[in-house]
Amino acid sequence: MSGKLNPSIQISKDSSVRYLLGIADLCLIHAQRLGEWSGHAPVLEEDISLTNVALDLIGQTRALYSHIAKLERAEHDEDQLAFLRDERDYFNPTLVELPKGDFAHTCLRNLAVSTLLSLLWDGLQKSNDAEVAAIAGKAVKESLYHQQHAADWCARLGDGTEDSARRMTLALNSLWPYIPELFEATAEDLAARASGLGPAWADVEGSWRTEVDQVLEEAHLAAPAAVAFRSHGRRGRHSEHMGYLLAEMQYLQRAFPEGAW
Amino acid sequence: MTSEKKEWPLWEVFVRSKAGLDHKHCGSLHASDGNMALHMARDVYTRRLEGTSIWVVRSDQIFASDPGDKGMLFDPMESKVYRHPTFFELPESVNHM
Repeated sequence: MSGKLNPSIQISKDSSVRYLLGIADLCLIHAQRLGEWSGHAPVLEEDISLTNVALDLIGQTRALYSHIAKLERAEHDEDQLAFLRDERDYFNPTLVELPKGDFAHTCLRNLAVSTLLSLLWDGLQKSNDAEVAAIAGKAVKESLYHQQHAADWCARLGDGTEDSARRMTLALNSLWPYIPELFEATAEDLAARASGLGPAWADVEGSWRTEVDQVLEEAHLAAPAAVAFRSHGRRGRHSEHMGYLLAEMQYLQRAFPEGAW
Repeated sequence: MTSEKKEWPLWEVFVRSKAGLDHKHCGSLHASDGNMALHMARDVYTRRLEGTSIWVVRSDQIFASDPGDKGMLFDPMESKVYRHPTFFELPESVNHM
């Protein structure tokens, strides 16, 4: 071994590539955090459920990365896109890179992300890119199940014991400031909407709020008031947690280039 | 034991692998109610495309025969060959019965 770390790849500035990376990175980073529950969930059955969700998301990520690699024409493969980018070249919203927190945090974030993804995939089924439409057709069913599973838990915990309701409220207060970022219009979003590649994330905000508010109501919770804070993960400006997450996720590919099993 | 009260009840899981076949018992799991048991069963027992339909039943709702009564209940049937419809001559046109 040379002791030299695998260098980072440079990604295309093409707006379609970056739009699709935003969705793929959302899936990947969310899955990486969910994977941290493996062996640590409150009960065995839920341990398997959370891992299933993470694996579904990694499947969605792989399909998108493989397609992005073709669009890029840069001879990158899905592994390089997943493991060999610098922090600034990941376009996931900050929400999904935050530490997993307790089970209430995880359920609430699952609700937020799965609702977003099910709406995005639904819109992407009508993409003018046939490959993207096909990936979306398969993924939307997975996301709808993830959403139902998360909604079920949020309602149980919010409407559960005093302790579970308190934890859900804490989770709401700590995660909600990261929600507005999801629906901010980026240049890539507007280009994707104009070209017919897919919806701008802002286009699904109304449906997202309706669906999430319905679950919160069932859980006897209310969304906290809006704050001025804005996160910027989708633009590549991440929180302090992202570096640690990437270090753990990328270590093997960086240290053992093209390692496979 | 106080912890016993906090434990979720046990559920038996039945999965139908294909339309037209019957639901088969495939295992059990812990869940707080039927809805959760269905979710859990989907995630635990149908991960590899095993099912098209799931039933869950509270384990304590199942009345089961006592293994100790096996002799009384089932052994007498051993000698009753006349209960099998094997003494009929089938017409030629009936191929498979």
